Amino acid sequence: MNKVADKSKAFISKLDKTSVALPNALKDKANSILASLELPTTRNEAWKYTRVAKLGKINFATSKGNISSIDSYTIDPQAPTLVFVNGYFSKSLSNNHLPEGINFTLLSDANEVKSEIPIEDEIFNALNTAHLIDGVALNIAKNTILEKPVQILHILDGQSVMSNFKTRIDAGAFAKAGIIQGYFATEASDKAFANVTTEIEVGESAHLTIDKIQFENETSFHISTEQINQSKDSTFTLNTITLNGGLVRNNLNINVNGENCTSNLNGAYILKGKQHVDNHSVVDHRVANCQSNELYKGVIDDNSTAVFNGKVFVRQDAQQINAFQSNRNVLLSDNAAVNSKPELEIYADDVKCSHGSTTGQLDEDAIFYLRARGLSLKAARQLLVSAFITDVLDKIENLKVKTFIFSLLKERFGWEITPEDFH
Amino acid sequence: MITIKNLHATIEGKKILKGLNLEVNAGEIHAIMGPNGAGKSTLASVLAGREDYEITEGSVDFDGVDLLEMDTEERAREGLFLAFQYPIEIPGVSNINFLRTAINETREHKGQDPISAKDFMAMVREKSKLVELDPKLASRSVNEGFSGGEKKRNEIFQMAMLDPKLSILDETDSGLDIDALRVVAGGVNTLKSEKNATIVITHYQRLLDYIVPDFVHVLHDGKIVKTGPKELALDLEEKGYDWIKEEN
Ligand SMILES: Nc1ncnc2c1ncn2[C@@H]1O[C@H](COP(=O)(O)OP(=O)(O)OP(=O)(O)O)[C@@H](O)[C@H]1O
Ligand SMILES: [Mg+2]
Repeated sequence: MNKVADKSKAFISKLDKTSVALPNALKDKANSILASLELPTTRNEAWKYTRVAKLGKINFATSKGNISSIDSYTIDPQAPTLVFVNGYFSKSLSNNHLPEGINFTLLSDANEVKSEIPIEDEIFNALNTAHLIDGVALNIAKNTILEKPVQILHILDGQSVMSNFKTRIDAGAFAKAGIIQGYFATEASDKAFANVTTEIEVGESAHLTIDKIQFENETSFHISTEQINQSKDSTFTLNTITLNGGLVRNNLNINVNGENCTSNLNGAYILKGKQHVDNHSVVDHRVANCQSNELYKGVIDDNSTAVFNGKVFVRQDAQQINAFQSNRNVLLSDNAAVNSKPELEIYADDVKCSHGSTTGQLDEDAIFYLRARGLSLKAARQLLVSAFITDVLDKIENLKVKTFIFSLLKERFGWEITPEDFH
Repeated sequence: MITIKNLHATIEGKKILKGLNLEVNAGEIHAIMGPNGAGKSTLASVLAGREDYEITEGSVDFDGVDLLEMDTEERAREGLFLAFQYPIEIPGVSNINFLRTAINETREHKGQDPISAKDFMAMVREKSKLVELDPKLASRSVNEGFSGGEKKRNEIFQMAMLDPKLSILDETDSGLDIDALRVVAGGVNTLKSEKNATIVITHYQRLLDYIVPDFVHVLHDGKIVKTGPKELALDLEEKGYDWIKEEN
């Protein structure tokens, strides 16, 4: 290894190689990709608006952390809960009595762990593979209808900690389930990095909903890749709600492999301070007669930046596709910024696709109207901002999750939202 | 109630109000008429505290306080109400819930406790009946998808809910059919008392058959150029404004 390469990988030099039973060939490949790839720069199209050079300057370590309570991270108090701290499973904090029809395996316990996440040219996925700490495989048996969701909480704790963590979810045919993913950081957490992959199989006629809440802290890094395969007649919904995190990058790749599928991708991100949140999504319509609905909305304040890059592919024989994509942003300060790029690539001719992107400010006339009725400027702005974002939050069907989100909005932004205020 | 002296206001460097004087006492109704572009809505906006306008001269005393020193919301809480000529739509914001916030912020301003949910709902029922506004509309998003007439009724509904000292109705009659006009005027008359006052801005004498003014003022080129009894409105409707313009 030459010196330059050495130096560029110093940030992971303290990390152990994974002990998870991934295929050896995959591990070798991940290691060699890691050795040859550099952290992406803004010259790389996929990272044009998101700088990750900062990561290279931190000497990351692993740590089991020190957490005694998950009270403030519990999204749905009634849901069975699996807790991971810095990527390590915490048996004492978990409540893993899963209902019938769903079982989980810790990746560190499994004799054989599969991974289909693409690692070629993907340094963070390669890093996740080569240094995977632990994670969970959830199997939802065919025909299982889950009354309560299962909650997977990942908490960052400590200084300059890196977690390489993976979730695999396999929803069997005709199953119906909700999974909550919560990503948090403790107050003691500083410059911690969650590097996460999630692989999801949605079986034939299955209904799977994931509510993903990101609430790490202003110094944290979070890079996640979700890889989803949908079989025919299935419905998949992912609600990504990002309310805190210094640097957040969500890569979302959906392959719609079967006909008659519905894919719902909803995102809300509310930023302040110097936060940087980047949502990259690819919806790949490979077959006919499917629909996808993508709605991402953001509120960007102070010196923060949001990036949206959404690609929808409609392959040549994928006729009768309805693909809808929308990204809307509100800037609350002159120093806030948005880079939004919705893209459609359509190779079929009988499709209905629409996409759009808007970025604007709050409507001054509406603010004046509300103030002229006696609302303070702050209350008027908050009401308009929440009205703007609320249609995304309304996509979340689990009321516990919604209530939790409102509590986070109050904690971080001082918003007092009562659901009745909106329509 | 309100004393406006020598008020001058500009927008983007353009002079709109040019020395306007007006005094309105409690228990009175004043009508302001005048040609398009005379500055009627500007006066309403300036009194409500719209920041786009620059006040270059003059003073406004509102029940003993300097109105021009207050923010828009303070003026509202002190009892100034503007029914907008063009009420805007605010998608996603519930009409009655923002009113609840407005009422409670006003009560807090006056050192009162928040209104109870029960009292509030009773008030919504009573006041929406007053202007025959479908209670379903009352609880929808502010003005979203409302017809022109429904928007105007909603303004008066809000006025009834907020119980202001001074109401300025900016062309609340325009776009209303005769039945709606009667309903809206009936609402305004019911709310009228010895303690409050109303300024109605209008182009049409017919409104003044229902809301009978104590005074009619003509606003022309940024000033009140003529004041008379309610019969003045009939003259204006018949003869237009040219004779007044010539007098000045
Ligand atoms: N933002 C602005 N910039 C420049 N001029 C403006 C602006 N807003 C209003 N004006 C001008 O101010 C003048 C007065 O307008 P205003 O709306 O007060 O008239 P009005 O008497 O209410 O008329 P109408 O009877 O048509 O409602 C008009 O000449 C108008 O063009
Ligand atoms: Mg006007």
